[in-house]
Amino acid sequence: MTKYRINKTRFVDQTKTVSFTFDGKKYHGFEGDTLASALLSNGIHLVGRSFKYHRPRGIMSCGSEEPNAICQINDNTDLTEPNVRATEIELYEGLKASSQNCWPSLNFDIGGINNLISPFIPAGFYYKTFMWPKSFWKKIYEPLIRLSAGLGKSPTQPDPDIYDHKHEHCDVLVIGGGISGIISAKIAAKNNLKTILIEDKNILGGSTIYQNNKNFIIDNKKSNEWLMNEISELEKLDNLIIKTRTSLAAFHSYNYLLAKENISDHLPLDKKNGSIRQRLWKIRADKVIVAAGAIERPLIFNNNDRPGIILANSVKKYLDFYGVSTGLNNIIFTNNDSAYETAVSLFEKGISVKIVDIRKKSSSNIVKYADELGIKIYWNSTVVNTFGYKKIKSIEIMNLSEDGSNVTGNKHKIQCDCLAISGGWTPMVHMHTQSGGKLDFREIDQVFVPSEKSENHINVGSCNGDFELEEIVKNTNNKVKKFLNINEGGFDKISVLCSKELEKKNIWLLPNTISESKTKSFIDFQNDSTAKDIKLALREGFKSIEHVKRYTTTGMATDQGKLSNMHALGIIADTAGVKMGSLGTTTFRPPFTPLTFGAIVGRSVGKFFDIVRKTSIHEWHVQNNAKFENVGQWKRPWYYPINNENLHEAVQRESKAARDSAGILDASTLGKIDIQGSDASEFLNRVYTNSWSKLGIGKCRYGLMLNEDGMVYDDGVTTRLGENHYLMTTTTGGAANVLSKLEDYLQTEWPELDVYLTSVTDHYSTASICGPNSKKILKKLFPNKDFSDEAFPHMSYQDAIIDEIECRIMRISFTGELSYEINVESKYGKSLWENCIAAGEEYKITPYGTETMHLLRAEKGFIIVGQDTDGTMTPIDLQMDWIVSKKKYDFIGKRSLYRSDTMREDRKQLVGLLTDDPNEILEEGAQIVSELDKKPVEMIGHVTSSYFSPNLNKSIALAVVKGGKKMNGQKLFVPMENKNINVTVSDFIFLDKDNKRINA
Amino acid sequence: MFVINCPYCGERDQSEFSCGGEAHIVRPKQPTELSDDEWAEYLFMRKNIKGVQFERWNHAHGCRKWFNMVRDTSNDKIHAVYKMGEKPPVI
Ligand SMILES: [Zn+2]
Repeated sequence: MTKYRINKTRFVDQTKTVSFTFDGKKYHGFEGDTLASALLSNGIHLVGRSFKYHRPRGIMSCGSEEPNAICQINDNTDLTEPNVRATEIELYEGLKASSQNCWPSLNFDIGGINNLISPFIPAGFYYKTFMWPKSFWKKIYEPLIRLSAGLGKSPTQPDPDIYDHKHEHCDVLVIGGGISGIISAKIAAKNNLKTILIEDKNILGGSTIYQNNKNFIIDNKKSNEWLMNEISELEKLDNLIIKTRTSLAAFHSYNYLLAKENISDHLPLDKKNGSIRQRLWKIRADKVIVAAGAIERPLIFNNNDRPGIILANSVKKYLDFYGVSTGLNNIIFTNNDSAYETAVSLFEKGISVKIVDIRKKSSSNIVKYADELGIKIYWNSTVVNTFGYKKIKSIEIMNLSEDGSNVTGNKHKIQCDCLAISGGWTPMVHMHTQSGGKLDFREIDQVFVPSEKSENHINVGSCNGDFELEEIVKNTNNKVKKFLNINEGGFDKISVLCSKELEKKNIWLLPNTISESKTKSFIDFQNDSTAKDIKLALREGFKSIEHVKRYTTTGMATDQGKLSNMHALGIIADTAGVKMGSLGTTTFRPPFTPLTFGAIVGRSVGKFFDIVRKTSIHEWHVQNNAKFENVGQWKRPWYYPINNENLHEAVQRESKAARDSAGILDASTLGKIDIQGSDASEFLNRVYTNSWSKLGIGKCRYGLMLNEDGMVYDDGVTTRLGENHYLMTTTTGGAANVLSKLEDYLQTEWPELDVYLTSVTDHYSTASICGPNSKKILKKLFPNKDFSDEAFPHMSYQDAIIDEIECRIMRISFTGELSYEINVESKYGKSLWENCIAAGEEYKITPYGTETMHLLRAEKGFIIVGQDTDGTMTPIDLQMDWIVSKKKYDFIGKRSLYRSDTMREDRKQLVGLLTDDPNEILEEGAQIVSELDKKPVEMIGHVTSSYFSPNLNKSIALAVVKGGKKMNGQKLFVPMENKNINVTVSDFIFLDKDNKRINA
Repeated sequence: MFVINCPYCGERDQSEFSCGGEAHIVRPKQPTELSDDEWAEYLFMRKNIKGVQFERWNHAHGCRKWFNMVRDTSNDKIHAVYKMGEKPPVI
């Protein structure tokens, strides 16, 4: 046993030694320890350096509010984890932890220079100083700040751990396994309600479980013994699920809550492997009872941040729960009774303790008891300074003036090695506010308590502002009964004896002899902001708490101001002379404690990150060396390189083959919507810009769909399969949205139409064969079919049979070549494709990908919605007036085409661009200007599509240019980083303007 | 994350639904007779009320039906859910 492990407790198994390293040095603790209690048992307080001034900092608490003991786990490995609170890590064999934010080392810290120059680092220092000169930022300020600041290192390798998500429903969810949570859960579960109790620690019991004081008695037992018994009763209940090591992350509306369960973090390294690390529970609860407890407040005085200054109740927990004394010569500095329990505990174990209390007296039982034990109490006194660099050595105290605003008399120095501080308690109202609840300010003890309006959740225990044992037990019982509509609580006749606090006093910023500007009274320990900073912010004109918070960074660290928010508010209220309740509070946002990315993402990693959609022909593409591109969730062949061809080479070859002989494209990903119903034609008339009434059965037509604002939304070919039956195709990426939009109109605007829409995108596979030899290949595939232009003209469709499989053949073209699309049920897609390849062999049929498809259509001047349009282009802008029906009374977007803005002549309009140097290929997205010398340079448009055309043997581009319609032949410039490219506006149909090829 | 009572399917998690904005904006029957201002009123102007708001919702990952919902945007309380074409309730 070490010098500081002075007590045997039932919570730490002192027969089971656990070894770990901290900053490279090996130590021992026991099973049941946290990293913090194990460090303290080895006499280690100094665990980090503060963020701004790099002051030595020690362990300050025993829970999630810990601002200082922030560790890096498994430092020097690729899987290191930063920002872990030593107070929350359960010790396991092989744990490697190191202190954070202390380059180059914990004991010698170069950033400590900031501490010496600190008069020059007031609030907003970084904002003010590093603003100027601008050129200093990149090379001097930023590297300097980055080197000395920082909250830990990120891992560099993918997280190898497994994380899980699970949904759960229950009647009652109880958050917090302290005494009030245990009472609540028992009442609920005993009354046949499916109940879940979650507790973030590894065992239930909260702070009552180690209370162990004869001034706190429930039903004639010490409170901790009584509670121990209740817990074993609780474990026998069938309809109660107890989840320890599970912390609430978020409390959303409609009682939807997220809780993170730690499953293997506490296990020794060799037992972690393969196990799930954390599980995120998604709980929908009918009723929620929040029993989250309270956090002890620090006190704000000069040099209140030295290692060895610890919250008083944490000192008690280390002693009575972990058996570790945080000091051998303790002083308690308090403004309330709760810290006296710590004093009594220390005294009873024979450890030296004295008390400094800012109150003039206290007449409660516990204080009387401490007095009777002979513990020295300095009444009406405050600490004005502390000493000791890496560990506290002594303090100076003075008397308070009558009103507490000043100090009087002489300084009195007292030696100590631990200063236990208590500024009272702050109810953990985070959950309540996250759920949308409001707060009320209670003057008597200066706390925000929940203002309860919700019918579906309540707060009980100290998070509700009930701090005394009798209040907690009785109020919880009554409140839960009423909330759950239960007559018999089971705790109705309970007797509770406890000490009651009668005298209350609170001073947010304790007075001193020296001026504030010369003190270091820390409020936010993690972000190093002081009372002085807050006052400066107020002097500089900041009024709103949200602004003061951001300017001084108070409450902005990873602890979200759990220890600092109340003091910041209090000092603002005092300085501004307003009531604290009128200031409002800052917003507590989820998560309550930091969540790992792994827990948030769960199993949706790697191949489960997103759905991959593959066509039925996919395997053939893979076998034939296709490179793929993602189009939405689809994998589409991009190009098929042969013998180390690059993209450009492959595309040039594929494009030439498609125009000279035959090419084949997997067009299965195009969206397909089956449209049926007696009003199908009328429906198409309303959703497309052109007219559909006269389209004969067996014919195909290209359609352009607008948004109601007149902008092009989607396009595609629709085929009339029967009198009341159409097959619409959409762009690959737009399929789902088009269906939603059409459904929306059908259901909400035109419910009178008899039309039914069905997505059949996945039902059919499509092989598109184009090129001058395509007709010959089709003849080979379908020997009995007449492919003459008379029997099977362009823009028509026919049913056919291949290998006893029914298929639909559409003669339509997106390339400008003679072209056929063959559709079969998806399961026959690959077989159809292989037939096509075999039949096309003698014509050197060449599979081509999306890149070649884009090039071929650009040669022909066909747009791609989403590439040549961006939601701001009308059909008129695209020079597609021909497709906008003048006769139809209405269609989606029609009225908008006559708005004054859409009729402007200087809108960006689609044009072709030819580079003066035919080998120069423009960059897509490049800006276009008309004058190079004019400053500022006016951007008049940009390039939307650009390729080198092997068929025309020159570079071609599509672009949108202001007033471009009237600029044919005009010279423009495309300025690039190193040169200006001269271009000429041209027609955007570069090839075969009179459609000879399509009808070849 | 609310629970929405789809008028066709019953109570489902909010993640199955998508919101389609303000409800009861009827597409004009004769758009060509409207002035630019009148058309713009239909096209662009939407309320963003803190409080009770009438909204369109779609059970996108369910029955795919559109319906109307009355929701208090300040506390997400849902006052009513009703089918398209039905009269809005008085709240
Ligand atoms: Zn539904």
